[in-house]
Amino acid sequence: MTRHLYPLFSLRMDITRPLVEKVALLARLEIPPADADRVAAQLGRIVTMVETLNKLDTKGVEPLSNPTGLVDAFRSDEPRPSLSRDEALANAPDKVEMFLRVPRVVE
Amino acid sequence: MSLPWETVIGLEVHVQLKTRTKLFCGCANKYGADPNTLVCPICLGLPGVLPVLNRQAFALAVRAGVALGCEVANVTKFDRKNYYYPDLPKGYQISQYDRPVNRKGRLEISMPAANKNIGITRVHLEEDAGKLIHPDTEGSSGVSFVDLNRAGVPLVEIVSEPDMRSPDEAHAYLAALKEILQYVDISDCDMEKGSLRCDANVSIRRPGDDKLGVKTEIKNLNSFKSVAKALAYEAARHASIIEGGGKVQQVTLTWDAIAEKTVVLRSKEEAHDYRYFPEPDLVHIQADAAFVERIRQALPEKPAARRDRYVKELGLPAYDAGVLTGDKELAALFDKLRGEGLAPKVASNWVMKHVLAAMNEKKIAATTFTDKTRRIAELAKKVEAKQITGQTGAEIFAWILGTPETASVDEHILKQGLAQVSDAGALEAIVRDVIAKNPKVVADYKSGKPSAVQALVGQVMRETKGKANASVAKDLLVKALEC
Ligand SMILES: [Zn+2]
Repeated sequence: MTRHLYPLFSLRMDITRPLVEKVALLARLEIPPADADRVAAQLGRIVTMVETLNKLDTKGVEPLSNPTGLVDAFRSDEPRPSLSRDEALANAPDKVEMFLRVPRVVE
Repeated sequence: MSLPWETVIGLEVHVQLKTRTKLFCGCANKYGADPNTLVCPICLGLPGVLPVLNRQAFALAVRAGVALGCEVANVTKFDRKNYYYPDLPKGYQISQYDRPVNRKGRLEISMPAANKNIGITRVHLEEDAGKLIHPDTEGSSGVSFVDLNRAGVPLVEIVSEPDMRSPDEAHAYLAALKEILQYVDISDCDMEKGSLRCDANVSIRRPGDDKLGVKTEIKNLNSFKSVAKALAYEAARHASIIEGGGKVQQVTLTWDAIAEKTVVLRSKEEAHDYRYFPEPDLVHIQADAAFVERIRQALPEKPAARRDRYVKELGLPAYDAGVLTGDKELAALFDKLRGEGLAPKVASNWVMKHVLAAMNEKKIAATTFTDKTRRIAELAKKVEAKQITGQTGAEIFAWILGTPETASVDEHILKQGLAQVSDAGALEAIVRDVIAKNPKVVADYKSGKPSAVQALVGQVMRETKGKANASVAKDLLVKALEC
């Protein structure tokens, strides 16, 4: 397994304004245009700090995605009670009868 | 038509696994329940909850891989596929990226010219999304409804190599895939209920070219017919673009089954950026060799192998073997009848003739006969031994269907007087009577038409209500007519 499979986390990159806009879109965050440059600069400093980790020699060290070291945690295929519909929809910003209601999206 | 084109097709098939519960929580995996009643904090993606992998779902994913001849990974893990959509409560789908459960399998499809192996790139485990409903009632044109019962249902995604060369091959691949997945009992594979869904990648190139053309992807093909039609349409569209001097754009499309054309969903620039990363809430899974071997041993024989065995080892005609193995339950019934001591051809004849007829006529499944095999075999043996006629056998078969297995066939035959009459003494009087009543047929026979005797045999059968041994009756008739 190579580390380059997760490009966002493994490549040294410059945090530019277009990149900030793209990430904001992917995260569905609204960043006022007037703030974009400032956010780019701040994110750039954060990423640079995290990139300090690249100085570490990790040759021969397997990537770790779970710190517990546990393997094979399973549950048996036994049904457990679900929530009632009222409970399930209680936090929904919008609902109608049995459903959550959202602005129409068709793909 | 100018130079020929070669169509190159790869399929991505999503199949819902037959488990009792969802992939990471204890909500029931059930189709058709009331909306939003099979949900819990885990599959709703509420804060602070943790997923735990369903052991049976993992076992079924391995079974799918083994059935498709895959290499099962020693260590497999989960990744987050990030995107926002209203049917995805967590904002990411738990899927597998670089370490899928299975890789490098193959599936044989049979085409008119020759059988062909289609490569399987990978078979990985992931969770399904919820369902969106787009109401067309007045005032609801701008909204969609969300039902999250399906969110978190276990799926395997089966990705093929771009090995198919025509819509017909794609159709054959889907049919073979469905057959084998149903056979090993990992899924219903019901396209109407969405338990099997298909996306297709298609491109064209000149025959002999090594390089692949620009491909387009068609999403959410929801019937076998749509798959074949959409692929044929799309390949023709590519050809007309290139022949007109244009370039195919790499886009994602959907199939409009009413207009019978593909419609663009999004361009390459709008393609999703899923930002996969390892799922920190789940641990790695080690499928040790013994576990995989146990699953391999428990795997039912594949239809094609069973078909071959029926022909080569049991001497059945290829047609019979094909029909019997086309339905797993029918094949099981055939095996059970052989277990009751019937010769392969006799068991096959009873299944092919009586069982299939009853299934079609009464719209019942092969499993209806599972607890009736002892009596069906007993009946078949009596017909073979000519203790009863074939016609009486058919009647008793119908009687068996409507009675419990404890009802005795022997008693029924005795009570109803159904035993075949082979005793010459018992038939002679009837033969004499039939000859006396049919002087015209007798004259035909005597004037050199030996086939006329069949009409007289028919009369004897009628007189005995089908119980006479036809060949004994015929011998007696000929003897009487010759003297
Ligand atoms: Zn749940």
